[in-house]
Amino acid sequence: MPPRGAGRSRTQLPERRVTMIWDVHHECMSADEREALQVRRLQAMLGRVQGAVPLYRRRLADAGCDPGDIRRLADLAQLPFTVKDDLRDHYPYGMFAVPLDDVVRIHSSSGTTGKPTVVGYTRADVALWAETIARTLCGGGAMPSDILHNAYGYGLFTGGLGLHYGGELLGVAVIPVSGGNTKRQIMIMQDFGSTLLSCTPSYALYLAEVGEELGVDFSKLPLRVAYCGAEPWTEAMRVEIERRLVCKAHNIYGLSEVIGPGVSFECAEQHGAHVSDDHFIPEVINPETGEVLPDGQVGELVLTCVTKECLPLLRYRTRDICRLDHTPCACGRTTARMSMVTGRSDDMLIIRGVNVYPSQIEEVLLQFAVVEPHYLLQVDRRGQLDELTVQVELAPEFVADSVREVESLSRRIAGEIESVLGLSVTVQLMEPKSLARSEGKAKRVQDNRQLS
Amino acid sequence: MSAVQQISVFLENKSGRLAEVTRALADAGINLGALSIADTSDFGILRFICSDPGRAAQVLRGAGFSVGETEVLAVEVPHRPGGLAAVVEALKPLDVNIEYLYAFMRRTGESALVVLRPETAREREVAEALQAAGHRLVGPDEAYDL
Repeated sequence: MPPRGAGRSRTQLPERRVTMIWDVHHECMSADEREALQVRRLQAMLGRVQGAVPLYRRRLADAGCDPGDIRRLADLAQLPFTVKDDLRDHYPYGMFAVPLDDVVRIHSSSGTTGKPTVVGYTRADVALWAETIARTLCGGGAMPSDILHNAYGYGLFTGGLGLHYGGELLGVAVIPVSGGNTKRQIMIMQDFGSTLLSCTPSYALYLAEVGEELGVDFSKLPLRVAYCGAEPWTEAMRVEIERRLVCKAHNIYGLSEVIGPGVSFECAEQHGAHVSDDHFIPEVINPETGEVLPDGQVGELVLTCVTKECLPLLRYRTRDICRLDHTPCACGRTTARMSMVTGRSDDMLIIRGVNVYPSQIEEVLLQFAVVEPHYLLQVDRRGQLDELTVQVELAPEFVADSVREVESLSRRIAGEIESVLGLSVTVQLMEPKSLARSEGKAKRVQDNRQLS
Repeated sequence: MSAVQQISVFLENKSGRLAEVTRALADAGINLGALSIADTSDFGILRFICSDPGRAAQVLRGAGFSVGETEVLAVEVPHRPGGLAAVVEALKPLDVNIEYLYAFMRRTGESALVVLRPETAREREVAEALQAAGHRLVGPDEAYDL
């Protein structure tokens, strides 16, 4: 018996399916009910972190804040922020609010230098995460009868396992394809009849390209929705993905410090991504002053995790720039919506879905005496995949006598960078003084991709 | 015998770089004898023998270039078919890696010089093998005034 949906072209499917809202009670609450819930949960969370996390005990004491002071949601603005460096400074488990015995999962992602950022989950956190992903999948119209082709990377990265557990909770058949081996992925999409796809937007385009080269007619495949996230993307890219893969492309957003994927997701309206704000209270702030901005104004997204047990972060500065909208959506959900992320308030890059900080690369370069720490990161998108070229100046002392020696040096440096970033790069050695010098902060990144 | 010093310069594949090098050397009154450029898509390595390698290195470093000074062997080779082949054959039994090699006519036109760099730590072995096969190794003064 052929897989469900096989052989039906897209034009035969109705434009609007009846979509399920995973958790109607929490996703469609009235504004007052929601605020009351958020305040209760926030008070409880503050009590827990004040007791269990030394950094928060200190910070709350310094700010003169007590959980009892929080009566309204607006009182959140009185509380101190948390930044990524706090996680680095307490690496690996210093910000966990539970004993390690209660931790059942650990993930990590890039740190600004040296060590990665470590996050942990209790059993309840893993269940909560699956709930947020089930909501996410339903936002795109997923049903238990669907087959999810999960091409996010499995491993320490939260993408793969995040979509996996949520998919299983919803009841779809999850194919844990992970990344890479694109020709095989195309075969699986055709033969296993994948109806849903989860991957980065650039990988979605890459799949389209490889499929086209292989002569695949995507309009004949049962694929209906792609859940794209883990890197910023644009309306123009969405249109292209939808045209070439012949499916809807839904934006999903998350970050491992907050939970992983599952923080927000688009519904059928595709007019902003619904934040699961009964779990993650969103604010937008002015990144220079920290002042909370009203809906509609662009600023840095801040998230407060009021239900997580292991790593409940308070007013975590994501560095992602977006706008918020608290008006109810035509889909029936009343959760706050965030726009697509339009940029960063720091120098972090996302290359092929991997977070990269220039400072990580700088650390590696400093280990090599024959190069100067004068470098420029060239980011390009050739075809559909991002490429990073590290241009670095040779020290005048470096003796370049043969091509083999120069290439060997490039390769060694590239190897070191790859082992730190988990991403392959090209190293291009430059003459001394050939990169522009600046008076103030050095320009370290040249992003040649047209992302917006 | 003191060694023949070759100067090498790392050059990005940017137009005008080679012109800057040759102009800087010309202005310093340095005469180029033998020269070769090894190129890849991203960069080139310029190698040359000149009349005053110490000064050439100083001048080029002063102009901001990444400069190397390497000891190389310079072998005299008769200017006739088989001249270079004899040198290469003399090295075959050693099974040694030659990093690079280039050859130039001398002023008189009767012989050429083959400049070569064997793999590190085997220079003496190579020199001895060449001499044993009857080839003459040329010293710095002779090399710098080709």
